[in-house]
Amino acid sequence: MATAGAYTQAAAAVPVSALEAVSLALRRDLTLAFRKPAQLIQPLAFFALVTMLFPLAISPELSQLRAVAPGALWAAALLASLLALEFLFRDDALDGTLEQYALSGQSLTALLCAKTLAHWLLTGLPLACMAPFAALALGAPSAALSGIVASVLLGSITLSLIGSIGAALTLNIKRSSALLSLLTLPLSLPVLIFGARATQVAISGGALIAPVELLAALAVLALTLAPLAAAAAVRISLE
Amino acid sequence: MSADSLEVENLHLWRGERHVLRGVGFVLSAGQCLKVTGANGAGKTSLLRTLAGLMYPEDGCVRWRGVDARADLRTFQGSLAYLGHEPPLKADLTARENLHYWIGGRRRVGGAALASALARVGAESFADRLVRTLSAGQRRRVALAGLALCIVPLWLLDEPATNLDAEGQRLVGTLIAEQLARGGLAVAAVHHELPVEPAQVRSLELSL
Repeated sequence: MATAGAYTQAAAAVPVSALEAVSLALRRDLTLAFRKPAQLIQPLAFFALVTMLFPLAISPELSQLRAVAPGALWAAALLASLLALEFLFRDDALDGTLEQYALSGQSLTALLCAKTLAHWLLTGLPLACMAPFAALALGAPSAALSGIVASVLLGSITLSLIGSIGAALTLNIKRSSALLSLLTLPLSLPVLIFGARATQVAISGGALIAPVELLAALAVLALTLAPLAAAAAVRISLE
Repeated sequence: MSADSLEVENLHLWRGERHVLRGVGFVLSAGQCLKVTGANGAGKTSLLRTLAGLMYPEDGCVRWRGVDARADLRTFQGSLAYLGHEPPLKADLTARENLHYWIGGRRRVGGAALASALARVGAESFADRLVRTLSAGQRRRVALAGLALCIVPLWLLDEPATNLDAEGQRLVGTLIAEQLARGGLAVAAVHHELPVEPAQVRSLELSL
């Protein structure tokens, strides 16, 4: 009878470190995303369209635009990131990838973190890159752009992380987009409030440090808690 | 550390109002295969998912190497491979990329090992096609290549020969026989006979 070590090929199987597994999961998601570019462009196009509509709908007058710019920018960013959330775990749940992640012997929390990071790189980061153009279209002075980019960068990290909880919780529900919005929007409100405040301060040329620090604090809080919650929710959905 | 063995004791699982597993128990030691049979809906998949630690039984215990598998679930799961109804493949990746990402997350695997595993299951001709263009049987073969690459002592297989032609079904049997010869264990829900020495096979029939 074999002993624990006698599984003859076991020695040949070199285990991978958590970091390697995470980087592999990240690369897989990026590869997949670039094979389906339409899915990538959709939220960005949405963000661009919504922010472009404001000057047309309100008035091209600079003072009026500047007054609504923070709200318009952040409401559009929030909705665009919500639009992208549905694809975060859905495909992986359907084709059994999440199941294999849960059984891989690696930390599910870390693997989901990698997925959320990929999601942020594909939606949050491009959103932050587009934000200065949207802000210019809404009449923001060019001195405000760096502050706006910083606030969108930090805010979108939190939005992706909060979204990962919502996406994981609604995995077993068909046509879950309405429920997903209901779950994630209330949690996203602090980001909306402080993000809009930061943008407002940036446009008026005030001291940015306080609202940006609050956004950073929110991002750190989400980074600490959200992956744990998402992993727990995914385990429940697999049962 | 004792020998590789899987002991299951008095497993009870409820799904909503249904009492799916009613006191399932067996002992499997290294080099043995458990053949799980039963009508559709008798709980074969539930049993396999419970063994894998995906489902939580209401009562009972799964012991791996004499220790409760729940005590260190991640290590236990790292030493098993589970193949469900659907091959866990991404439609937008090629067969080879799928194995690279899937198996690469569990153990170091080089291009040569991937190629030989794909050749082993007769998949080299479609290894670089996107999985969405493959037939169900071809996907199943790619999943079998992944299973063989995992190199873990415990295999949990849910109808591994579905969609396969006669030659593919023999391949499943050969792979299981090799796994047992290495001193591995396998639990398989199957409908056909396994080409494995009867002495190595235990049977478990689940009833509705």
